[in-house]
Amino acid sequence: MRKYTPKDNVQGKSYYTDRYWVAPRIPRSKVEEGTHFEVVVDALGELSKESYVEIGQLIIHIDPKTNLETLTILKETCGYTQCSEQSAVDYLAKDGEFELFYQLLNITEALRVRVVCRIKDGEAIESVNSLYKSALFAEREVFDMFGIKINNHPFLKRILMPDDWEGHPLLKTYPMIGDEFASWYEVDKIFGKEYRDVIGPENRDQSRIERYDTKRFSRVGYEVPFNADISEGEKENPIEYSETVLVNYNKNSSKQLDERR
Amino acid sequence: MQQTNKLTPFFENLNFERDDNVMVINFGPQHPSAHGQLRLILELNGEQVVKATPDIGYLHRGIEKMAENMTYNEFLPTTDRLDYIASTSNNYAYALAVEKLLDIEAPRRAQVIRTMLLELNRIISHLFFVATHALDVGAMSVFLYAFREREYAMDLMEDYCGARLTHSAVRIGGVPLDLPDNWLTNLAIFCDKLDHEVVHTYGALLNENRIWKMRLEDVGVISAEDALSWGCTGPMLRGSNVNWDIRKEEPYELYSELDFDIPTSDRCDSYGRFMMYMEEMKQSTRILRQLIPMYKGTNPQLMAHAPQYISAPKEEIMTQNYALMQHFVLVTQGMRPPKGEVYVPTESPKGELGFYIKSEGEPYAYRLKCRAPSFFHTGLLQKLLIGTYLADVVTIIGTTNIVFGEVDR
Repeated sequence: MRKYTPKDNVQGKSYYTDRYWVAPRIPRSKVEEGTHFEVVVDALGELSKESYVEIGQLIIHIDPKTNLETLTILKETCGYTQCSEQSAVDYLAKDGEFELFYQLLNITEALRVRVVCRIKDGEAIESVNSLYKSALFAEREVFDMFGIKINNHPFLKRILMPDDWEGHPLLKTYPMIGDEFASWYEVDKIFGKEYRDVIGPENRDQSRIERYDTKRFSRVGYEVPFNADISEGEKENPIEYSETVLVNYNKNSSKQLDERR
Repeated sequence: MQQTNKLTPFFENLNFERDDNVMVINFGPQHPSAHGQLRLILELNGEQVVKATPDIGYLHRGIEKMAENMTYNEFLPTTDRLDYIASTSNNYAYALAVEKLLDIEAPRRAQVIRTMLLELNRIISHLFFVATHALDVGAMSVFLYAFREREYAMDLMEDYCGARLTHSAVRIGGVPLDLPDNWLTNLAIFCDKLDHEVVHTYGALLNENRIWKMRLEDVGVISAEDALSWGCTGPMLRGSNVNWDIRKEEPYELYSELDFDIPTSDRCDSYGRFMMYMEEMKQSTRILRQLIPMYKGTNPQLMAHAPQYISAPKEEIMTQNYALMQHFVLVTQGMRPPKGEVYVPTESPKGELGFYIKSEGEPYAYRLKCRAPSFFHTGLLQKLLIGTYLADVVTIIGTTNIVFGEVDR
């Protein structure tokens, strides 16, 4: 029987987990009275759905529709003048949702707040670039990596991946070694799809040996002319490579690709 | 094999076919002063930049994706490849984030060694900045002198961990090795040498140099408010007269016990930032001098004692059965931190380097986000370059001190 692998999360997994093992949780403490964090929670009032302190930082859960409103209050009245980071976490497999967070910094109090909200798959969120200009780049990265649409962003374009890329790499459904599109990206773009058979799949096995290839590899101490035949009549032994890194999409039916073309 | 019609040569760097007569210049991604793989699409009116669009991603290796597919200890050497000018800062920022997640603390000797390595890396990075920035602007000789001292600093790193660029000199829970013989003596000699060179070589060559001042003064001016809004940290923020250093404000390791100053500049321009880098190198040697006596008399333990997460020392593994079993499980399965999330900021040479880790109790991080300072400093170029002249573009890129390993990740 083939080993079962869930399709909605293809990331690395532990090969063995004790069946009675329960992961402990980092303690969350209530917001203490008289602290700066209490002032923040009071200022937000109804906007904060849940708030607690985890490892020295205040975490506020909000409704995604009120993100701009919340951050405006945090910036204007509570002094959180810098948005250090914003990104998302993929919970599509478990809850069908993304978790977005804004990591804010108050430099006068030297305190940090994380504003967390959850949006459903396919929903968009309002851009905060009117408050924090750092959002211009950070939100593009969120869009690029997760495919989350950002409303009212002036230049919502892929940032790290090429513009004509398909798929969003940080989704849990996106495999680490890339999908079919990724494996043929350069070949399709430079030579055309019909050259896939000529060029063949990329072999990413680290133990790959190309003994007789004098085009791309030089032999230190035994230099030969470019592209010289050094096999001396020896037949090439087929080497078995790891199947985990070598996926020949041409062998199997290429349904995914035909749909896209 | 190659179809000529698909890769026909064309002049991609210049495009004159515009109605408004704005020249579009493609700066990079292989420009020598682009500090790596930065592509800037500059729209020029005469020699003045009207619009600048930074295009990044040429060095994207999916490091955050890799983190989700590696156990915590496996991922540590990958962090070397973020800011490859100061690798230990990345190793340390990551290790600290995981340590906060596990709620463990490194032993005293490890803390001393880590702080020394961090400051040594700051010096290496700042020397690299002074060297390349001067080279970009046109002062060739400073490059050679600064790289000479950087070589001595890298020799010290090599003596400690065997590597010059990708150190991996910090582990989760401590450091792997104790300092070799004579290392502290060499460090003290290096500190004296560097202090001398900063004042009498780089300082003498650049500080009051007429050309240098003309090229840097009032170039790349950014106000404190803008710097905060655009997510600037580290020297970029302090250069705008905001006194914010995570080492002082949210101290980690031994920084709360050390005596050092945070240089700031109210000039808000490239020259102010350059002077701050020079001053920070002096502060780093001051910290290193204080750390040398701290090392003596510490307990020789190098890794924290937390059998659930961290392997026992080698001697115990080789002699005690239970330690061997623990080690086996930790190597084959990886450590399982508790469920929760953590964001830990550290002051890397370039700014605030933070790791956000979301753990679901698995040996693989559910999500790891690396908050890289250079990423936001690259974003700032959209604003900073507008209205400047083409010759100043190079100065401004140099002064932001971006490294593409951590911009693209």
